Amino acid sequence: MDSMEVIRQGYFQECEELLLAMEEGLIAMESGEADAETINAVFRAVHSIKGGGGAFGLSHLVKFAHGFETVLDHVRSGVLTPEADSIKILLRAGDVLADHVNAARSGRALAADHGDDTVADLAALAGGEAEEEEEGGDPFASSFTPLRLDLDDDTSTPGTPGMPGWRILFRPTGRLYAKANEPFLILRELESLGPCEVEADLSALPPLADFDTDRSYLGWTIRLMADVPRAAVEEVFEFVVDDCVLEIELLADPVADIELPLPAMAPQDAPEAPQTPEAPDKQAAPAEAPKQTIRVDLDKVDRLVNLVGELVITQAMLTQRVTESGLARTSLVSNGLAELEHLLRDLQEGVMAIRTQPVKSVFQRMPRLVRELSVQTEKQVHLVLEGEATEVDKTVIERLGEPLTHMIRNAVDHGLEATAARIAAGKPAEGTVKLSAEHRGGRIVIEVSDNGGGINRARVREKAVEKGLISAAAVLTDEETDNLIFKPGFSTASQVSNISGRGVGMDVVRRSIQDLGGRIVINSVPGQGSRFSLTLPLTLAVLDGMVVAVGGQTFVLPLTHIVESLKPREQDIRPFGRDRSLLKVRDAYVPLVKVGALLGVPGSQPDAAGGVVILVESEGSGRLALAVDQILGQRQVVIKSFEANYRNIDGIAAATILGDGRVALILDVDGIVSRCRADACHNEDIELAATGTGP
Amino acid sequence: MGKTILTVDDSRTMRNMLVMALTNAGHTVVQAEDGMHGVEMLAQNPGIDVIITDINMPRMDGYMFIDHVRRDPQARTTPILVLTTESEPAKKQRARDAGATGWIVKPFDAEKLVAAVRRIAP
Repeated sequence: MDSMEVIRQGYFQECEELLLAMEEGLIAMESGEADAETINAVFRAVHSIKGGGGAFGLSHLVKFAHGFETVLDHVRSGVLTPEADSIKILLRAGDVLADHVNAARSGRALAADHGDDTVADLAALAGGEAEEEEEGGDPFASSFTPLRLDLDDDTSTPGTPGMPGWRILFRPTGRLYAKANEPFLILRELESLGPCEVEADLSALPPLADFDTDRSYLGWTIRLMADVPRAAVEEVFEFVVDDCVLEIELLADPVADIELPLPAMAPQDAPEAPQTPEAPDKQAAPAEAPKQTIRVDLDKVDRLVNLVGELVITQAMLTQRVTESGLARTSLVSNGLAELEHLLRDLQEGVMAIRTQPVKSVFQRMPRLVRELSVQTEKQVHLVLEGEATEVDKTVIERLGEPLTHMIRNAVDHGLEATAARIAAGKPAEGTVKLSAEHRGGRIVIEVSDNGGGINRARVREKAVEKGLISAAAVLTDEETDNLIFKPGFSTASQVSNISGRGVGMDVVRRSIQDLGGRIVINSVPGQGSRFSLTLPLTLAVLDGMVVAVGGQTFVLPLTHIVESLKPREQDIRPFGRDRSLLKVRDAYVPLVKVGALLGVPGSQPDAAGGVVILVESEGSGRLALAVDQILGQRQVVIKSFEANYRNIDGIAAATILGDGRVALILDVDGIVSRCRADACHNEDIELAATGTGP
Repeated sequence: MGKTILTVDDSRTMRNMLVMALTNAGHTVVQAEDGMHGVEMLAQNPGIDVIITDINMPRMDGYMFIDHVRRDPQARTTPILVLTTESEPAKKQRARDAGATGWIVKPFDAEKLVAAVRRIAP
């Protein structure tokens, strides 16, 4: 990639950041929380996007950004006070600008009339000034207009066969020097146009004692003997034309007019005191030091994460060896090891934190989505964002966008009632959708809630029966009914809308969340709304697990899935069906699965009663009792991906290396539970069996 | 002759373009992200020959930055080029009033930029 292409890529990256900043600012304006600096920041973002766009010749983008910027400039300078309606236009303009950026990035052209209505709205806001200014409001532009000189006709008067050229009278004022302009450089520049004869006028020089260093005493007469257009000469003086006396005349007779009298130095040429610039519209911001950041290649961070992972494993092995060697727990070696473990945990957290980013980048996409949905569904929607600063692993953030988009869509399309229905129900016409994120007990919880009608369970059930997902006689709890919407192919929308798709949404959402090691829970109250809570791990690299033995093998169960562990009594285990069994846990029956039999591990306890049972729970699929031989302990393990190194295996989520250096497999509890509890039908059989044979 | 040039611009893209154009022409570039940062960089790098600054920047804009430089006894004679666009005559005038030596109209090509530097720096 050449360096220009690198800069171009960088430009689009920067655009992304700028667009986010812009939208954030516009939303603050919408809610009336914007101060002068916020509006300035929005202006600057659009201005920077335009500036870079110009450098890469993105004329459509620049043209649109220019009109947008003009309106923002009016807002900034107080000419225009944004009303709710005009802010809506600005938000829309922001979306169109984003479209332009995306189009330029992907190299595809937007429709010729794309955003035309927005352009018109912007022009109306700007009072039509946007166009004018572009046409030719620049008084300096004239100095660039090349002037064509026809020398044969015009300049060489008969009888003066001398070289055509220009006589230039140049007398700087003190201001010219105050702006760090340098007559010498101007003369040098003139000389590059052709041979010059320069004569300095020293007549104004005062005696040394009276010399004022801020004043200008010198003037020059230059005879430029070159056949160049006037504009070329004017361009040399472009920067200083306001700070000097300048006369440029055609050189009619190169010999005769050397003794042209200099105009007397006018008193107003006296230097002015260094001018105070116009009062800036904002004070220098209080020196709030910006957060220093560096850009690091993600591979480097990942290597660090891996190394720390290895370090944790090595430390665990060391601890185990020391324990095996019989050293007392109070020995200095053991104390040192404990300290090492402590530090390693801090180190690991620190390294993991490098990979984390605020969820803001995902959340910030939602306001636009909601605005669009609001138009499409004709519902008034207010989106509330909370906890945008919550930090999560980068990978989690990247894979969160799609499910969240789906859920927000659902919340607006299915969750919120139509405006008329809301008013009829005595609710405010404007529905609220809330998206929030927070850290809770070592995990991140993201919630999408709405104050709509809640899940219509009767309809969900009806639909599920109709689709053959459950039998008509099935007895389901509210929770289980709600979870039916996660079934593949389930849809309750009477008409398939183009917004929420064809009901493939929620099962895909759940799958993506589970792939991230997360869970999703529904909480819905009829008439009051629904809340979808996603619980996600902070990082995908480590996991708190329960280490268990099955046969000669060691397995790890993710702690997040474990409800409890117990020693089963013979009489609580009941056979069920051909080769299944159920375990009575207090008053409920739970399918019992022997991990050894399930995974085909030889030498495991043939009888569940001889080992330990671990009750696990999978979000949405219910509970399961897993029979293992023995619990070995609980520890943090570093996840080594199976898929990356081998291939996906049913029932196994990943692998890890234990303290003794052996490899242990991490069980995919969600996978096992859903496989063993197949579906709600099955569930119902169990319920029936439980009621039929229970106490 | 290579010069040491301080560029002050909040846009990363613009900074990158300036660095590319100026270093290709044999200049050394010191970068700052806004006026405030520019003031700091100026204090840390006494050998700055030329300053190129944007106008619209957070914390301290171009006008204030130019004014600051012109009041600084060490730096007041340093030539300053302002980055403007053709459609901002008022800004150009204001920058000039604040003490800018010259200006470059965006979008600029490398040649124009280098020529402008040559015109204001010995």
